[in-house]
Amino acid sequence: MDYRLDRRQEAFRKEFVSWLEKNLPADFDPSRYRNYHTAEDWGRAYRDFQKRLFQAGYAAMHYPKEYGGQGKTLMEEVIVMQVLASTCMELRGPGMIMHGMAAPTILHCGNEEQKRKYLPGIIDGTHIWCQGFSEPNAGSDVANVSTRAVRKDGHYVVNGQKVWTSVAHMSDYCILLVRTDPNVAKHKGLSYLLLDMKLPGVEVRPTRQITGGSEFNELFLDDVRVPVEMRVGEEGQGWMIAITTLMFERVIGDAVMGAAYEKNMDRMVHMAGETKRAGRPVIEDPIFRQQLAQGYIEVMALKYHGLRNLSTQLQGGIPGPEGSIGKLLWSEPNQRICENGMAMQGPFSQVLSGSPWSIQDGFWQYGFLRSRGNTIEAGTSEVQRNIIGERCLHLPKDSSRAARRIQGGKGDGHQAE
Amino acid sequence: MDIKLSEDQLEIAKHARRFCENESSIEYVRSMFEDERGFTDEVWGKMADMGWMGMRLPEDYGGLGLGLMDLAVVLEEMGRGVAPGPFFSTVLLAGETLMQAAGEEQKSGYLPGIASGEIKGTLALHEPDSGADPGYIQMEAAEDRGGYLLNGTKIAVPDAHVADFLICAARTRKGRRPDRGVTLFLLDARTPGLTIHLLPTMDGTRKLCAVEFQQVRLGPDAIVGEVHKGWKPLLRALQVAQVGLCAECVGGAQRTMEIATEYARVRIQFDQPIGAFQAVKHRCAQMYVEAESARSVLYWAAWAQDHGSPGEAAMAASVAKVYCSEAYRNCATSAIQVLGGTGFSWEHDIHFYLKRAKANETALGDATYHREQVVRLLEGEAKRKRGKKRS
Repeated sequence: MDYRLDRRQEAFRKEFVSWLEKNLPADFDPSRYRNYHTAEDWGRAYRDFQKRLFQAGYAAMHYPKEYGGQGKTLMEEVIVMQVLASTCMELRGPGMIMHGMAAPTILHCGNEEQKRKYLPGIIDGTHIWCQGFSEPNAGSDVANVSTRAVRKDGHYVVNGQKVWTSVAHMSDYCILLVRTDPNVAKHKGLSYLLLDMKLPGVEVRPTRQITGGSEFNELFLDDVRVPVEMRVGEEGQGWMIAITTLMFERVIGDAVMGAAYEKNMDRMVHMAGETKRAGRPVIEDPIFRQQLAQGYIEVMALKYHGLRNLSTQLQGGIPGPEGSIGKLLWSEPNQRICENGMAMQGPFSQVLSGSPWSIQDGFWQYGFLRSRGNTIEAGTSEVQRNIIGERCLHLPKDSSRAARRIQGGKGDGHQAE
Repeated sequence: MDIKLSEDQLEIAKHARRFCENESSIEYVRSMFEDERGFTDEVWGKMADMGWMGMRLPEDYGGLGLGLMDLAVVLEEMGRGVAPGPFFSTVLLAGETLMQAAGEEQKSGYLPGIASGEIKGTLALHEPDSGADPGYIQMEAAEDRGGYLLNGTKIAVPDAHVADFLICAARTRKGRRPDRGVTLFLLDARTPGLTIHLLPTMDGTRKLCAVEFQQVRLGPDAIVGEVHKGWKPLLRALQVAQVGLCAECVGGAQRTMEIATEYARVRIQFDQPIGAFQAVKHRCAQMYVEAESARSVLYWAAWAQDHGSPGEAAMAASVAKVYCSEAYRNCATSAIQVLGGTGFSWEHDIHFYLKRAKANETALGDATYHREQVVRLLEGEAKRKRGKKRS
């Protein structure tokens, strides 16, 4: 057992840290939680920075060279991602879904032409991709997707609506889950398409979310003609592709979250030393001390559980449903941590970013609101616990759900239940 | 980076599992639970034959010279089987304290006996006024005619009633800080003036005693390590012992999770297995999350004791003590809820686990104490970082 990086990896990490110190964008201030306030600015900052990473040889470390990667291992990629997460998480924002979902799907399930055509643009910062899975009636029950794709003259004619489509407003492409066959069980009638967002009939409407900002959108598809070559895998394989590719990059996601939250705990220790309660630093209050420690302890659990999974995967282990643990280990603690961060501020906890009275630029206020989404996005906590219960612990499915599935067979599915 | 058990460790785990199923079986646990002594010489001897007592001791003292991770593998299985007896007190409290603090003479006098299973020892640390803070040591060891005179009471001393020797932390210089003026003494359990009372405690798998010292006279040769400087090595030993407790906790959490889910698969109510109800399923899933993540924290903490910096070792030991003991408690209480009325009975084994979980939670500093240690370490780190930036 060994938790250390080997000498080569440690040297690589140091080299990247010093590169990053010199190459952060001039308009990026790491002490602010938000530097880019419009979609245009944020998207541009992401693309410029990704291009810089690519040119310096730090993008997609674990991807094959012929697609724009560096041909190294997952370990190098995790090292880069952890350093970025603890330094400039904001600059990663628009690319998170793309690097975590679109790229691995194309790499693992796409054909040679798709890989050559799309991966380089993802890796060198030219393109941003969004994810079109959720729909008004396909939330936790993602397989209930009803956006219809009808094959005609070498094209799929796509009609429907997607919701919570992150960064669609700055995207060039979208990974789209559509129903190609309404006459089979709902998991079997789905296909996976790559959608060019410039096609006629694609309309994006930003959704204003609980934080007041708009990372997410509604996506309306009206007779959009997607060439058949843009399908990943076979017709009807959409569900399998969507869930299996999710698992491969999960270890990176967990490592990124662990590094980002460790940084947040630093921030919290600093705040607790500076912020006062009854004239004394909050960090002297025994109850806040306990909460601070508990937050840190939970972040350590996330970090070391993530490293253990990463190590398993590096040695050729196949990620399975136990990956749901990581999702629960970052989403739920983050809510508690952000809430404690606000509580330390007393009445200032109501003051948002943008005032000389704001504490840490309103980071904890934003975090508190944003973290409400953590237990909903990427599979709710309830769905994660169903996955663990049924696939790791082999507990039976709910009889009403099991019965519906048996009765359903053909024809069940795409209609809302 | 390589975070998995080695082939050897997996083999050790397999043998330990078999031992705890056959020799230190749950029937043995049940019969020892209400037994005053709490173990049989037969099982103790077989445990010694497995080499467990000396796993971490150097070969020069009859041990195997292995690491804490290897011992943790065994302790995880012992926790899974709520193995009774004075193993923890002898190996992780007395043995580890001697390893960290003692000079050559005491080491060669006691460690081979520990390794072979011939002698048992324990650590007298907590006092009536310490609460859950192991660093609050006020018992007086007054200098007296070239030796020391000890007076006072130690409580929650594990297995003192069966110990051959005790290590006692006492104050040779007045004050509050444990790192100044605390001295460790090694004494025979039959020393005149020593009275050992077995306490009626909840966890019958690990007995606790109150130990009274009345005019106990010890020579200078009883001192373990240096006079006034007992805390530093003791703290290192306690960190190792904490991680040992964490290993037990992970084994217990895993087992209670298994007991609950096995039951949830077969127990039918409202015409379906109760595990099909999400209220029960999610409870089981949460147990799995906590048991698995606690194991991840345990591995880090065990590794850090042998290979990390002193700061990392201290942080990991406190983080793990909080996380693993709470995971075990949550799993044990959840399992009882899943088992329903069955789990409330004496007849079912689950209560042994709950009781051990509660005992481990409070032993060697509770979660409140260790969270405080975590914040102190974080504050120290923050100060260091600020200092670095300035210079």
